[in-house]
Amino acid sequence: METAHTDTPLRIEGARLVALLERMLLIRRVEERLGEEFKAGNLPGGVHLYIGEEAVAVGVCAHLADTDWIASTHRGHGHFLAKGGDPKAMVAEIYGRKTGICHGMGGSMHVADVSKGILGANGIVGAGISLTTGAALAAQLDAKGGVAVCFFGDGAAAQGVLAEAMNVGALWKLPLVLVCENNGYSEFTPGNTVTAGVIADRARPYGIPSAVVDGNDVMEVWTAAATAIQRARRGEGPTLIEARTYRMRGHIEAEVAFLQGGSYRSQEEIEQWKERDPIDRFAKRLQAEGVLDRQALEQMDRRIQAVVQAAVEFAEQSEMPEVSQVFECMFDGQRP
Amino acid sequence: MAKKRMVQAINDGLMEEMARDSKIILFGEDVEIGLFGDTRGLHAKFGAARVRNTPISENLLSGMAVGAAAAGYRVISHMMFGNFVYTGFDSIANQAAKLRFMTGGQIRLPLTYMAVYGGGKSTAAQHSDTPYPLLMNLGGINVVVPSSPADAKGLLKASIRNDNPTFFLQAGGRGGELGEVPEEDYVIPLGSAEVKRTGTDATIVAIGAMVRPALRAAETLEKEAGLSVEVVDPRTLVPLDEATILQSVAKTGRLVVADEARDRCSAASHIAAVVGDKGFGSLAAPIKRVTVPNVAMPYSPELEKQVFPDAQRIAAAVREVVEYRRSR
Repeated sequence: METAHTDTPLRIEGARLVALLERMLLIRRVEERLGEEFKAGNLPGGVHLYIGEEAVAVGVCAHLADTDWIASTHRGHGHFLAKGGDPKAMVAEIYGRKTGICHGMGGSMHVADVSKGILGANGIVGAGISLTTGAALAAQLDAKGGVAVCFFGDGAAAQGVLAEAMNVGALWKLPLVLVCENNGYSEFTPGNTVTAGVIADRARPYGIPSAVVDGNDVMEVWTAAATAIQRARRGEGPTLIEARTYRMRGHIEAEVAFLQGGSYRSQEEIEQWKERDPIDRFAKRLQAEGVLDRQALEQMDRRIQAVVQAAVEFAEQSEMPEVSQVFECMFDGQRP
Repeated sequence: MAKKRMVQAINDGLMEEMARDSKIILFGEDVEIGLFGDTRGLHAKFGAARVRNTPISENLLSGMAVGAAAAGYRVISHMMFGNFVYTGFDSIANQAAKLRFMTGGQIRLPLTYMAVYGGGKSTAAQHSDTPYPLLMNLGGINVVVPSSPADAKGLLKASIRNDNPTFFLQAGGRGGELGEVPEEDYVIPLGSAEVKRTGTDATIVAIGAMVRPALRAAETLEKEAGLSVEVVDPRTLVPLDEATILQSVAKTGRLVVADEARDRCSAASHIAAVVGDKGFGSLAAPIKRVTVPNVAMPYSPELEKQVFPDAQRIAAAVREVVEYRRSR
């Protein structure tokens, strides 16, 4: 984005609003398809879908350039796509193919594209926090106005590394933005049984500004992220954003199989959150404001469905990786 | 050549490398004052941007090192004592050792973790561990264990210039040991063992701080029993120079491995397994390991002496393998 390193005016209109919607819809459609393919037995590993939380990744990444860093979670497809990752390469990765973005070495939980500043999804809860603190240090030393953004869940907020990172980030005024996606559940455990207080408040003792935002409202996320990222680019240090959201799917696809009849949340709760779907809400708003009509929305959806179909076909037709890769990827220029 | 202490040689290595490459940054607890002397003067010379004290937050620091390396810096992360590898272990095991692999080779991690290891100074169980066996098992981490000031400097330079995560472990009690150190810029490639003493009757493979007692044991055995003992220092455990070890055993037929790790799954166990597998035909006796028993390091000097491998125990093991006769 050409404006990435100057202060973005806190206003956004026209085509850029539509672009936010389009990116959210892309994430949604890719993941719906991944859910189907998983159910059909076409994906080798488990997938953690981001459906319902798209506004967070999109609202934040809209402010980032390829030279800015992000790290993500096990629920990382949305961040990958929001930051400009290629849907084909991502889907092929999840299929375990050689053409995958990581050549089939990482899969769903490790989609990464360093050329786009995506340090990767991560299978260790909270791992991105230390990685982005290090990337923020690098950005600070580069002195080109770059920032590092960490997406993590409410579950990761229980990891001690968050406190450690806020301490160092505040002391060194690192260009770090911590985005907690509070979806209410640490895997299968309700957040209120494992999380004391308000996560955003944890920034206060470190002198770090924080905000609680509606994570299902892309404009609210976008606005809070603009403030945080501009502050980071100016050298004023980290911000903690707590985006309240909800995952519409399970912690992992096909979780009913191992919940064995048990449940950890009510259908009623799920239905309530459905009313607040970030994509429906934003599409309605853009239509009401006359930015987008129904026909344009349908065209957008068809365009995206074609991208999804092409990505799945590409993955299915791609060759399997060769075993030599496991010996080549461990070290740079060395045999393991 | 000039005589230098091990910490001085390491300090020289850090100074020279940081002057050579402005992308090198170093951080850790107390690195500005330089608790062991190895990082002393770096902060004054290279400034706060490149050399920084950190809070005592190993969980964060080990991962920050990975993040900064992935984002383009050549990072030196000083972890102080070997036992603190455990407090920072998550990112070492789950990120440093695997991030390049998981991303299909996209991420390059020029990253050196430094720490002192081992017992012998009454620092008790939480400051005396030898963590290299578990680091060796991670697969994606080079492990460097120098035994002399000259090796320390040359191996440190190789570690820093390597584009992979590398652990540089210096024996804690041996920082003051003197040795000749070349003045010029030199690099000792990772994966090159050195025969520190040649011999024909038995081989001692000695790791890090065990090299000196192994050399003493070899001298004693020559004087007292007329034995010719070869001492091989692998210098790096990952990569391991198997060829030099196997070549020595092919000549002597007898092997003792001296290692100050706990015995179970020690580096000595691994080296013994490699020789048992690839050098079985040349063995005239079972391989003996001289290691720390499977206990934590005690505090009292008297007790510590009992469990810590020394020249006497190494010599006794060599006599045992030399005197071994097949019974059937």
